[in-house]
Amino acid sequence: MASYSTNDFRSGMKVMLDGDPCSIIENEFVKPGKGQAFNRVKLRNLKTARVLEKTFKSGDSLEAADVVDTDMQYLYSDGDFWYFMEPESFEQHQASEKAVGDALIWLSEQDMCVVTLYNGVPLSVTPPNHVELEIIETDPGLRGDTAQGGSKPAKLVTGAVVKVPLFLDQGEVIRVDTRTGEYQGRVSAK
Amino acid sequence: MTSQWQPGTSLPILRQRSRVFAELREFFQQRQVLEVDVPVLASATVTDHNIESIQIRSPMAAGYLQTSPEYFMKRLLAAGSGDIYSLGKAFRDGESGSRHNPEFTLLEWYRCGWDEHQLMGEVADLIATLLPDIAVRRVTYAEVFYQHLQLDPHLAELTTLQRLAVEMGSPAWADESRANCLDLLFSVAVEPKLDAGLVLVYDYPACQAALAKCAEDGQGRKVSRRFEAFLNRVELANGYCELTDAAEQAARFAEDQRLRLESGKAKVAADSRLLAAIQAGLPECAGVALGVDRLLMQMVGVDALDQVMPFSWSRC
Repeated sequence: MASYSTNDFRSGMKVMLDGDPCSIIENEFVKPGKGQAFNRVKLRNLKTARVLEKTFKSGDSLEAADVVDTDMQYLYSDGDFWYFMEPESFEQHQASEKAVGDALIWLSEQDMCVVTLYNGVPLSVTPPNHVELEIIETDPGLRGDTAQGGSKPAKLVTGAVVKVPLFLDQGEVIRVDTRTGEYQGRVSAK
Repeated sequence: MTSQWQPGTSLPILRQRSRVFAELREFFQQRQVLEVDVPVLASATVTDHNIESIQIRSPMAAGYLQTSPEYFMKRLLAAGSGDIYSLGKAFRDGESGSRHNPEFTLLEWYRCGWDEHQLMGEVADLIATLLPDIAVRRVTYAEVFYQHLQLDPHLAELTTLQRLAVEMGSPAWADESRANCLDLLFSVAVEPKLDAGLVLVYDYPACQAALAKCAEDGQGRKVSRRFEAFLNRVELANGYCELTDAAEQAARFAEDQRLRLESGKAKVAADSRLLAAIQAGLPECAGVALGVDRLLMQMVGVDALDQVMPFSWSRC
């Protein structure tokens, strides 16, 4: 595998640190006037999602991590694994519950996701930024309250619970931002 | 990319930049310090193993863009110029980031017969003319280092410093030099916690003397008569009670070469004209170099040089 020098570190670059794949968040060049140059680097451990801060000597290098983000279609789950397919090659990958992680509550079959492969094995799954899902459980809608604020919890078909305006009812389809878990609007027809 | 023709500064900041230049010149005019404009392109350059010069390969004027006006100014001092200042450009290879630009504006001045404490006073005066009501604090390197790391930077074992540097930096520091470990620890654990305002840190470790005289502090520890100014936790200026001993100067240049060789860097010939000038007699003096772009950054309240330079390197 290739390696990257601190001078080439860019946000999003995947490197190996202490045996774990990490994604570089930020790379700042620091140099005391008469001292040696170094780089303060913020990285996210892709296995644990923890953010680390390390200081390297400028010019030091880290091994590149075999981490690739691939667009894949979510097929189904058998309860133990979640199955994804590369649309071009039809190649299928099985992801563990740990890899699917928080994406679990947003996934509907046939959604396009970003599956991050580490050494060819799914490491994490990023759901689409926006999903449209049906409400399966919520308090009855309050008609005539469309303009007022206020919200109530609603359980969606995938299991996620989001806060929705009071006027929404069971069976309606809503649009949600998966990055924030926030309600975006009502989808008139599915 | 090529369509990004606009400057990084807004027009109000561009005007403020021009005003600051005028105020700096006014400050030194009033104190009868002579402005000198020394070359930025010269056949010799610094040997410092942590500073890289940009090399010019023109057949007519082969040489280096100067990393500071120091050597020329010292030759002027040796020639009897008296107190002088330079407000001009300096260049450093490989230095690029939010607080670094390969070309930057440096204010450097020398006071004959002064020591570093008198010069620290003048740095504070200068900053106060631009930023009235600024809080000023003077503290020794040892005191501020101990405050945040509970270690004596002058007496701590190298292995202790290395262990701490590995902990706070990365495994790369396991066999680094004393100077490098101290720099890392200071940058990571001390600098971000300095008081707001102007903090003048003096009595730097002897291993970081650069071109400053060395001395013993009140507790008998060997220190360098070097200081640094931090403005709101950003390194702003570096000053010395200047080394005037030609033999000591030549020895430090030789040590620079050894360190350059050790770290696989290109050999840089010592500036023989500077050595000859010091041999002829550099007056006892104190000198300091101050990053004008960083000063502006603090005055305007932004955190990137790009916003205070008309065109930082990313736009050049």
